[in-house]
Amino acid sequence: MTTTPAKDTAHTTAALALGDDALVLSHRLGEWAGHAPVLEEEVALANIALDLLGQARVLLSMAGDEDELAYLREERAFRNLQLVEQPNGDFAHTIVRQLYFSAHQYLLYAELASGDGPFAPLAGKAVKETAYHLDHAEQWTLRLGDGTDESHRRTQRAVDALWRYTGEMFQPVEGLDVDRAALETAWLERVTETLGRATLTVPDGSRTGAWAAGAGRQGLHTEPFGRMLAEMQHLHRSHPGATW
Amino acid sequence: MTHTDWPLWEVFVRSRRGLSHTHAGSLHAPDAELALRNARDLYTRRGEGVSIWVVPSSAITASSPDEKDPFFEPAADKPYRHPTFYEIPEGVQHL
Amino acid sequence: MATAAARDTAGSQTYDVRDGAGDTAGHERAFDAAVAADERIEPRDWMPDAYRATLVRQIAQHAHSEIIGMQPEANWITRAPSLRRKAILMAKVQDEAGHGLYLYSAAETLGVGRDELLDKLHSGRQKYSSIFNYPTLTWADVGAIGWLVDGAAITNQVPLCRCSYGPYARAMVRICKEESFHQRQGYELLLALSRGTPEQHAMAQDAVDRWWWPSLMMFGPPDDESQHSAQSMAWKIKRHSNDELRQRFVDICVPQAASLGLTLPDPDLRWNEERGHHDFGAIDWTEFWDVLKGNGPCNEQRLTRRRQAHEEGAWVREAAAAHAAKHTNGETGATRA
Repeated sequence: MTTTPAKDTAHTTAALALGDDALVLSHRLGEWAGHAPVLEEEVALANIALDLLGQARVLLSMAGDEDELAYLREERAFRNLQLVEQPNGDFAHTIVRQLYFSAHQYLLYAELASGDGPFAPLAGKAVKETAYHLDHAEQWTLRLGDGTDESHRRTQRAVDALWRYTGEMFQPVEGLDVDRAALETAWLERVTETLGRATLTVPDGSRTGAWAAGAGRQGLHTEPFGRMLAEMQHLHRSHPGATW
Repeated sequence: MTHTDWPLWEVFVRSRRGLSHTHAGSLHAPDAELALRNARDLYTRRGEGVSIWVVPSSAITASSPDEKDPFFEPAADKPYRHPTFYEIPEGVQHL
Repeated sequence: MATAAARDTAGSQTYDVRDGAGDTAGHERAFDAAVAADERIEPRDWMPDAYRATLVRQIAQHAHSEIIGMQPEANWITRAPSLRRKAILMAKVQDEAGHGLYLYSAAETLGVGRDELLDKLHSGRQKYSSIFNYPTLTWADVGAIGWLVDGAAITNQVPLCRCSYGPYARAMVRICKEESFHQRQGYELLLALSRGTPEQHAMAQDAVDRWWWPSLMMFGPPDDESQHSAQSMAWKIKRHSNDELRQRFVDICVPQAASLGLTLPDPDLRWNEERGHHDFGAIDWTEFWDVLKGNGPCNEQRLTRRRQAHEEGAWVREAAAAHAAKHTNGETGATRA
């Protein structure tokens, strides 16, 4: 069964894009439960995952039924960035993914919150949560980048590997009326500053182009995403029509 | 395997404006900034606080329990420090 | 005034003046009097070695149980069948990490570091509750754990809020407050299944069938076989006997099961008018001891996973420590936010 959103408006498209970002990243962070490098970090990662899941539920509800959208869409109907679906990797990989995404989400929500569009109420609450997520990612980027040789090596590897997924964040999304160019400049500035303080090198690779930019917003995802969805959806789909 | 036991920090939380910070517990963190963030995640995740202090446990100087008597007992025989020591006629207000 | 840390942290076993003064008898009298008067013992008070050792063992085991206990439930986070359930489960597993932290903190006030305790867990020298060596096979197991396992834990833990050792009692107050949601979400989850499709109902019944007996075993061996009970009761670390708490739990569960529309898997379960309690069937203690000895379905898996998380996290902990050593600005003072 495939579900189409209740109202096919531009805002539905935007709500799905933002909602899927939050849903998918929350799911990935949830995979850390029981695996974190230290107990304090179990609590921190779960807090971030819960914030994101809360955002996802609000956003998906703007586009339709949250559970139908989360559990009954096929992979090609998901509109999230390829960045957020990337597997967790090691802790450095997860932290850099958080850094790239949170910096973008924070700047985006700050702008949406200051406007009077349909996302302003959600963004007003989410921007505070996201500010904390960004702080968490920056604090850890500093410690891992400027920690031991091993942590530096692992973090630089993550910085480089995930770089190609960051261009997609600044592609236009129907229904999101924001200054993309300004957002990208601010993002680049913030991330460059953090990486610099962490003694890490900003990659010089491309963030745009046919395969580098990603196309999650158009429903083209990476291979690991299908397996993630299979796990996420199987129980719900095994009992059609059931309530939980 | 190497041990890098992060130092222990004591956490004090002000539950709302107008109240003192109260000892909530402790946690491990490599430095003060992460201690503060860990404290926020651990001790205020149900909205229990508006302000947090973290203090390295090693920085706390405590009275010894053996000095309990000379330290605290002299205060026990000064009931005149407590308002209930004074008898006030019934009906007198604002005292 | 003594200049010393407020707590005796790892390694510094030099608690107080037993040396030299020869006043052990006096200290012991003061300790006994405090316990008898229902006062709390605090970290820097004199306490008998055996009391300290008992507390370390019990609190550590309790902390380990919270941490290992994350695993069977985390097993279902990625498969939770609705976003609401997913949020609830994530929050619950997070609480368990938090409870582990509260408890390790309480143990540390007795002079033993968390690293040392984790080492003992990882090497099998300290135990965790055997209940977590059972697998979570279906989604309904998440409900059964909430209702039965957390229910049994709460029955055990509420009296611990009045335990004679202050830091443990305070940790338990916080934990019990937070755990009440754990049990309720489990009950509600099972109720939704029980009232759902026939397949969902069957899933719920199957989970209760599998979790009922292990949760009765959570109260420990019968009173006449429990090696630590009597002394712990005298020290007011423990307030009620194993059998007493088990009976209380059974009495609570029977009507709750009826409201759920589920059956407890015990043909001998019936109300005993004379005793004013439910009679229940014999517990298979062979299974209990077997699982305790490491032969349960998941002992190996749980410990391996725990060790793996710890070992894979070593480079992260080292990195943060190295970073702190390089940037020591303000680390010696207090920090406020």
